[in-house]
Amino acid sequence: MEQPNTTESLTGGYLDMELLRFTTAGSVDDGKSTLIGRLLYDSKAIFEDQLESIERASARLGSEEVNLALLTDGLRAEREQGITIDVAYRYFATPKRKFIIADTPGHIQYTRNMVTGASTANLALILIDARNGVLEQTRRHSFIASLLQIRHIVICVNKMDLVDYDQKIFEQIKSDYLQNVAPKIDNSDIRFIPISAKLGDNVVEKSQNMPWYSGPSLLQLLETIEITGDRNLSEGRFPVQYVIRPISDKFHDYRGYAGRIAGGVFRPGDTVTIYPAGLQTRIKSIELGSKQLDEAFPPMSVSMQLEDDIDISRGNMIVKDTMPVVEQDLTAKICWLSTRPLVLGQRYFLKHTTHDVRCIVTNINYMLDINTLEKNYEKKQIGLNDIAEVQLKTTEPLIRDSYSHNRITGSAIIIEEGTNNTVGACMFV
Amino acid sequence: MNQYTIKHLQELEAEAIYVIREVAAQFERPSLLFSGGKDSIVMFYLARKAFYPAKVPFPLVHIDTGHNFEETIEYRDRLVAETGVKLIVGSVQESIEKGRVVEETGPEASRNMLQTVTLLDTIAEHKFDCALGGGRRDEEKARAKERFFSHRDVFGQWDPKNQRPELWNIFNGRKNLGEHFRVFPLSNWTEMDVWQYILLEQIEMPSLYFTHRRKVFKRNGQYLAWAPFMQLKENEKIEELDVRCRTIGDITCTGLTLSKATTLEEIVQEIAATRVTERGSRADDRRSESAMEDRKREGYF
Repeated sequence: MEQPNTTESLTGGYLDMELLRFTTAGSVDDGKSTLIGRLLYDSKAIFEDQLESIERASARLGSEEVNLALLTDGLRAEREQGITIDVAYRYFATPKRKFIIADTPGHIQYTRNMVTGASTANLALILIDARNGVLEQTRRHSFIASLLQIRHIVICVNKMDLVDYDQKIFEQIKSDYLQNVAPKIDNSDIRFIPISAKLGDNVVEKSQNMPWYSGPSLLQLLETIEITGDRNLSEGRFPVQYVIRPISDKFHDYRGYAGRIAGGVFRPGDTVTIYPAGLQTRIKSIELGSKQLDEAFPPMSVSMQLEDDIDISRGNMIVKDTMPVVEQDLTAKICWLSTRPLVLGQRYFLKHTTHDVRCIVTNINYMLDINTLEKNYEKKQIGLNDIAEVQLKTTEPLIRDSYSHNRITGSAIIIEEGTNNTVGACMFV
Repeated sequence: MNQYTIKHLQELEAEAIYVIREVAAQFERPSLLFSGGKDSIVMFYLARKAFYPAKVPFPLVHIDTGHNFEETIEYRDRLVAETGVKLIVGSVQESIEKGRVVEETGPEASRNMLQTVTLLDTIAEHKFDCALGGGRRDEEKARAKERFFSHRDVFGQWDPKNQRPELWNIFNGRKNLGEHFRVFPLSNWTEMDVWQYILLEQIEMPSLYFTHRRKVFKRNGQYLAWAPFMQLKENEKIEELDVRCRTIGDITCTGLTLSKATTLEEIVQEIAATRVTERGSRADDRRSESAMEDRKREGYF
């Protein structure tokens, strides 16, 4: 039968995909790079000239096999030392979804990179070597995914080919994880898949070697896992980013509040409250470019016109439904990202949504051991890669939610004065 | 399926517009680097959407090697005339005449490397504290490590091993005097996303991206456009073929693809079927394994 000659049919439905962001963590030995390489290669996201280039580079580094890590280890220092220094972003698409991988090095001192990669992810992919089972590293990755409130965890039990595709080994690892790791984390959705990244079992296609496994292949799971429920659609939050004021006769009194919806669903006619002023008004229109919109929800970038002329600027928030917390003394989990330790009582910049303030850390409530999730109330020094719960005081009240309610209005970064480096990641309790 | 889903192109658009508005809010003197290629055309289109009905609150900056495709300059000038945006041109020819750079010689000579000096001089001359660019992480492996907000020191240099962590959608544009930022709102877009977006939004593109008959010659396995100032080597001969550009840069280093694609739909189909990256056709990236990283460290786009 002949297909109608529409844009959709000509582009194979590619205009109609959802976006899934996931993070991977693991060391070289887990086969993480092999797995990513396979996903990219089988979805045709690796091109011939890239393959040629990494073949050349692998040969020069004395490797007989093509080292797919060279695809993501883009910096010269990484290639020379055979290590991954930084988060690398990789892209691939199937007809169902487009994927962004934040590939992070798994070594212990790179907690900061894992936190960075996890901050934007919908899903975390964790690899376990079937021969080794659940290791300290597995726990650490899981705890970070939990800390950053990634709802979905996919545990790939890899190298099943090296344990004769033995169901018992897979089940043992699964029950070990469910008994010893899962109860400590609040990720709502944990899945297990037995795979061989090297041979391709259960990566793209279902494996013939593990008839006992009835679930989907990894790619099938990534293509179908439901992620829209991860966004907060019930509490309206719109941090004002920029005020659009055209200087023209045609748009004389126009004032558009531009920003990205952080929570809830906004519609023209809705009654909203402006924070911190506390004044109420209604939405006159919601726009993007010259187009009028009927509704706006996360993660859309829009601009709004309001019925009343209220003084609103960057850093204010347009709110609907439930009310946010407004406070100057805050409790937050923080991950420290700098080699220079945190100094109690010292001033730092703090950036929260579109709002810039200064802050001091007044107290360390406890330190968190990321390998065991045990709280340490004795230790009182926060250095690189440390995770702790602290008390913060800010120069102005923040309009915020708890991180578990809203990842955007519940997070902030700490910036060192002088160097302007980003030194801390905050998640409000 | 939940009614509050958003398609990948809308999400990428929303992210890019957010980043562009963040630049307007955080910097005093931003600018938008405009090469006349598809990425910078999409960037300017997004900027217009981000600030509508107001004008884009920053100028376009074109670093002109003098070795352009004529079509690029025609398109640029028409866009400027139609939208009323301010255009600033930094001229590599002037940098050569002032002795700031020395022209490469020989048949493989390119002004691509020289652009960095002109770019940094232009940024300094106009006191820009931020330059928006259309760079994408999927283009090249060194770019895969690039931040949305990428810090440059007083010498305009990039230090890839010492980048600020970038978490959630919070962008740290704080800097000291003399430093500047390069900001890449299209970081998460792929070549395919760019073309799909152009198709979806029906953005007008320069004719170079569609098939046309042109005098070309083959060098190092790729077709280059012939222009009067280009020296042919022995055994290189001029042919007339149906070609199009996948990327547009300086005419001396932009490889051409044999193509019959006359519409945006056909370009999207062609890219879906291709097995070579777009940068594979850029002679400037083929110079060495870390050509892009080296140029970026120096302050390249």
